[in-house]
Amino acid sequence: MTFLPKPKLHHPKLAENGLGFTRRDYEGSISTLCAGCGHDSISAAIIHACFELDLPPHRIAKLSGIGCSSKTPTYFLGNSHGFNSVHGRMPSVLTGANLANRDLIYLGVSGDGDSASIGFGQFAHSIRRGVNMTYIVENNGVYGLTKGQFSATADKGAKSKKGVANNDEAIDLVAVALQLGATYVGRSFSGDKAQLIPLIKGALAHKGAAFIDCLSPCVTFNNHEGSTKSFDYVREHNAAVNFLDVIEGREEITADYPAGSVEIVRQHDGSLLKLRKLANDYDATDRIAAMNFLQQHHARGEIVTGLLYVDGESGDMHDLLGTAQHPLNGMNDDMLCPGSAALEKLNASLR
Amino acid sequence: MKPTDIRDPDYFHKVVDCQWACPAHTPVPEYIRLIAAGRYDDAYMVNWKSNIFPGILGRTCDRPCEPACRRGRVDEEPVAICRLKRVAADNKGDVHRLMPQGPFASNGKRVAIVGAGPAGLGVARDLVPAGYQVTVFDSAPKGGGFIRSQIPKFRLPDSVIDEEVGYITDLGVETRYNSYISSLKGLMDDGYDAVFVASGAPRGRELDVPGRQDSAANIHIGIDWLSSVSFGHITSIGKRVIVLGGGNTAMDCCRSARRLGGTEVKVIVRSGFEEMKASPWEKEDAIHEDIPIINFLVPKEVIHKHGKIVGMSFDKVEATYDEKGRRSLIPTGAIVQYACDDVLVAIGQENAFPWIEQDIGIAFDRWGMPKVDPVTFQSTNPKVFFGGDAAFGPKNIIWAVSNAHQAAISIDRFCQGQDINDRPPPGVTLASQKMGIHEWSYDNDVSIDLRFKVPHRDKEVSLVDIKTEVELGFDQVLGFKEAQRCLNCDVQTVFAPKLCIECDACVDICPVDCITFTEDGEEAELRGRLNAPADNISQDIYVSDGLKTGRIMAKDEDVCLHCGLCAERCPTGAWDMQRFLLDMAQVNPVPAKVEALA
Ligand SMILES: Cc1cc2nc3c(=O)[nH]c(=O)nc-3n(C[C@H](O)[C@H](O)[C@H](O)COP(=O)(O)OP(=O)(O)OC[C@H]3O[C@@H](n4cnc5c(N)ncnc54)[C@H](O)[C@@H]3O)c2cc1C
Ligand SMILES: Cc1ncc(C[n+]2csc(CCOP(=O)(O)OP(=O)(O)O)c2C)c(N)n1
Ligand code: SF4
Ligand code: SF4
Ligand code: SF4
Ligand SMILES: [Mg+2]
Repeated sequence: MTFLPKPKLHHPKLAENGLGFTRRDYEGSISTLCAGCGHDSISAAIIHACFELDLPPHRIAKLSGIGCSSKTPTYFLGNSHGFNSVHGRMPSVLTGANLANRDLIYLGVSGDGDSASIGFGQFAHSIRRGVNMTYIVENNGVYGLTKGQFSATADKGAKSKKGVANNDEAIDLVAVALQLGATYVGRSFSGDKAQLIPLIKGALAHKGAAFIDCLSPCVTFNNHEGSTKSFDYVREHNAAVNFLDVIEGREEITADYPAGSVEIVRQHDGSLLKLRKLANDYDATDRIAAMNFLQQHHARGEIVTGLLYVDGESGDMHDLLGTAQHPLNGMNDDMLCPGSAALEKLNASLR
Repeated sequence: MKPTDIRDPDYFHKVVDCQWACPAHTPVPEYIRLIAAGRYDDAYMVNWKSNIFPGILGRTCDRPCEPACRRGRVDEEPVAICRLKRVAADNKGDVHRLMPQGPFASNGKRVAIVGAGPAGLGVARDLVPAGYQVTVFDSAPKGGGFIRSQIPKFRLPDSVIDEEVGYITDLGVETRYNSYISSLKGLMDDGYDAVFVASGAPRGRELDVPGRQDSAANIHIGIDWLSSVSFGHITSIGKRVIVLGGGNTAMDCCRSARRLGGTEVKVIVRSGFEEMKASPWEKEDAIHEDIPIINFLVPKEVIHKHGKIVGMSFDKVEATYDEKGRRSLIPTGAIVQYACDDVLVAIGQENAFPWIEQDIGIAFDRWGMPKVDPVTFQSTNPKVFFGGDAAFGPKNIIWAVSNAHQAAISIDRFCQGQDINDRPPPGVTLASQKMGIHEWSYDNDVSIDLRFKVPHRDKEVSLVDIKTEVELGFDQVLGFKEAQRCLNCDVQTVFAPKLCIECDACVDICPVDCITFTEDGEEAELRGRLNAPADNISQDIYVSDGLKTGRIMAKDEDVCLHCGLCAERCPTGAWDMQRFLLDMAQVNPVPAKVEALA
């Protein structure tokens, strides 16, 4: 079995972004995942988002753990930094990298097994520390790479490919992220790029811990009748609360919208998030209401998607720790070792 | 939008841009793959069946396929389709054995053909294996028509003409060379069941300026001069030569003059360089042989002294365009003079039928052209058919061949008492190329090589002898590499909506953003909101409904690379790559022994 690389030839009208790159410049090597895997669509959405935001590829660091989902960083952003950690350890490695160099844009890619089983603790702590990152879980309800065992996000009662029901309660990573203080929380579906791409763009522009739970059907092990993570099931039960537009720069929004139908959130970097409401009275800036909404709809068997919560005033781990503006990895010896006089002064202040 | 009906043979035929553009609808990608596979005999026969003269056309075709080639829309230049034909012709073995083998059982019908050019020989080739007794008349000493008498030998050696004319006459055509037909009525009185007029457009347009007649000895009509050169009646020309005209005939005249003693040869044209009728590659070749092309000069006078030509004068003009974009050439008042020893006049070609009587039921229009049905090629006398340059004025070889196939069908149906307006449909096959998960029976890896140049013989050598062929042709290695540039546009993307789970895998992988799943809409509006702008409206959008979400699949055929990645990525086999082979109907299809590319 050979995988041909994607031909270099492209559409004659392929657009360039502000940096003079085409979308194709943000691609990676050819995917070796199963044909039709939802994860590949998420990779495509990431490529679109980074292209549209004019992100310089060499300023992005993509990190992942183990799993089919965690393999995907090879398939996008071929000119960015990458780190493939051990299973479930992506959040810690990302946190460390961010501490060392706060200037990069951090993109953590993980799976439901990687983040909700072995790496659950790591996931939780990176969120509660407010690490400035975009954390995407490519959620298929199974361990795809090890041939389809139920993961901790599999819904209670969902059936395996062989027809065996899952009896354990599911972990809802969105609920956990909200509870642990993530300042940007969304859920989406690999089969809906119109929703997913802006959500990723908003997350990349967000300062603080941005978390996206993206349902991503595993075509090989979890796309059958009885699965709650299949293309058909997700399409049928999708309840989108809003539709997001990310508006870069500070251009003002001039159009008139019927009262209450649109919500505008200004993020830390100046970007504007324009939320067209689909569910009446859903307030994406109210964390507690979001948690309630989520539980109510979950009980009805609906999968709530959209930008579920955003804090426009958010800060990050560096703000909380009061670290220097200058990245640690860029400090020279003088900055790192201010000398004995400074040490004396510090010691004195502690006496 | 209306869902696409892929059972209509025209739909996928149009996707094969080159085949669609080829007047004879040669299955181009099919023979290109055979060349890449080193199967030169088979590649030759695929051509022979459709265009009859692969070796000749591989050197001389006007190649309407190349501007149409999809590769030209995703790369700098199209595939060198024409010169690949020559690779097949140059490298083949004995193909005689693959051709229909006579003698053929007679059906008792006799057909006379006037003119042994591509049109006349084409009709003969199609009718003889069907049992017709065919007699071809030509005033020239050998077969080939203008191919033999006009196209200079440095572009097309006699040996190639002899060989390919021979394949046809060997089928059992009765040839009457050196036989000028001076009366069509007389010919018809011989009791033929049908007559095919393929007499070409044999008259060169005259130059009408003061001094023309006084210098007659040194002013030559281009096509007459070229044929005298071809048949060896003329072997030299003066040192300083002016060639008038901007078409391919002018290019052949100037390059021939360079080889017969012309050291200062120039081409002088009324129009601008871009509007010249000559193909770009012909102009390039002339310039390469140190022949300047001088534009915007209108012949004014031939200057002569003591009955001998001295030079010519020209009015300098400039092009102006009115609001409708129509051009007119306005004299600037300046007059330009060039000294010369000879002038070659290549300013156009006309039809002439002095041998066709007015009273035999053949109607002519006011320009002296016969009234000919553009589909059946029948004239107003039901027994008389026209084709090639004789039917619609000067065109080229491949059009003459295409006319020939259609006229042969008409003559056959006419002789068999069938309705000639009832045209036989093409033969169409569509077959999956899937061999395994990532395996196809065609090479779907897309080459990124730029077009290869055909090697030329050194000027120092080729300018010395008019019979030395300039182009050397691609060798097998270059031929293979050029063949690999073909995108296999005949391997079609075929979509089965019932299988599609709308996972987007095909959309994501497509290198040229062809595929979109979206809400239905009217074509004009839909074209504007596909994943990539679909503004080449000459290319169809493949639309399919029947998807679970109620959306449609819309694929812009325009720049699809036929790489098959959509089908490789599709988890359900909703996309399949299927080879589409369209064979134009022919009379009693010649049983050429071509095995399909497995
Ligand atoms: C200088 C020149 C260069 C060309 N180069 C190319 C090229 O590179 N590529 C290309 O595709 N096309 C080229 N063409 C055009 C091409 O040659 C013609 O379009 C093509 O040959 C037409 O074919 P035909 O069968 O209709 O007629 P022709 O090839 O013209 O054949 C007509 C034949 O009929 C014979 N004939 C006419 N009247 C009678 C009669 N009353 N009795 C007996 N015989 C008669 C003539 O002797 C002639 O042999 C060129 C044309 C010219 C003038
Ligand atoms: C420490 C360790 N334990 C177990 C494994 C085996 N393992 C590999 S991938 C995987 C689960 C991956 O599931 P998920 O993160 O959901 O990724 P998916 O393949 O579903 O995208 C497991 C358990 C491992 N590689 N390392
Ligand atoms: S790429 Fe090949 S098949 Fe396609 S149009 Fe060009 S020559 Fe024809
Ligand atoms: S064959 Fe498929 S993937 Fe390749 S260019 Fe055409 S539509 Fe796109
Ligand atoms: S890859 Fe196949 S199943 Fe998926 S959207 Fe395309 S055609 Fe449909
Ligand atoms: Mg998983």
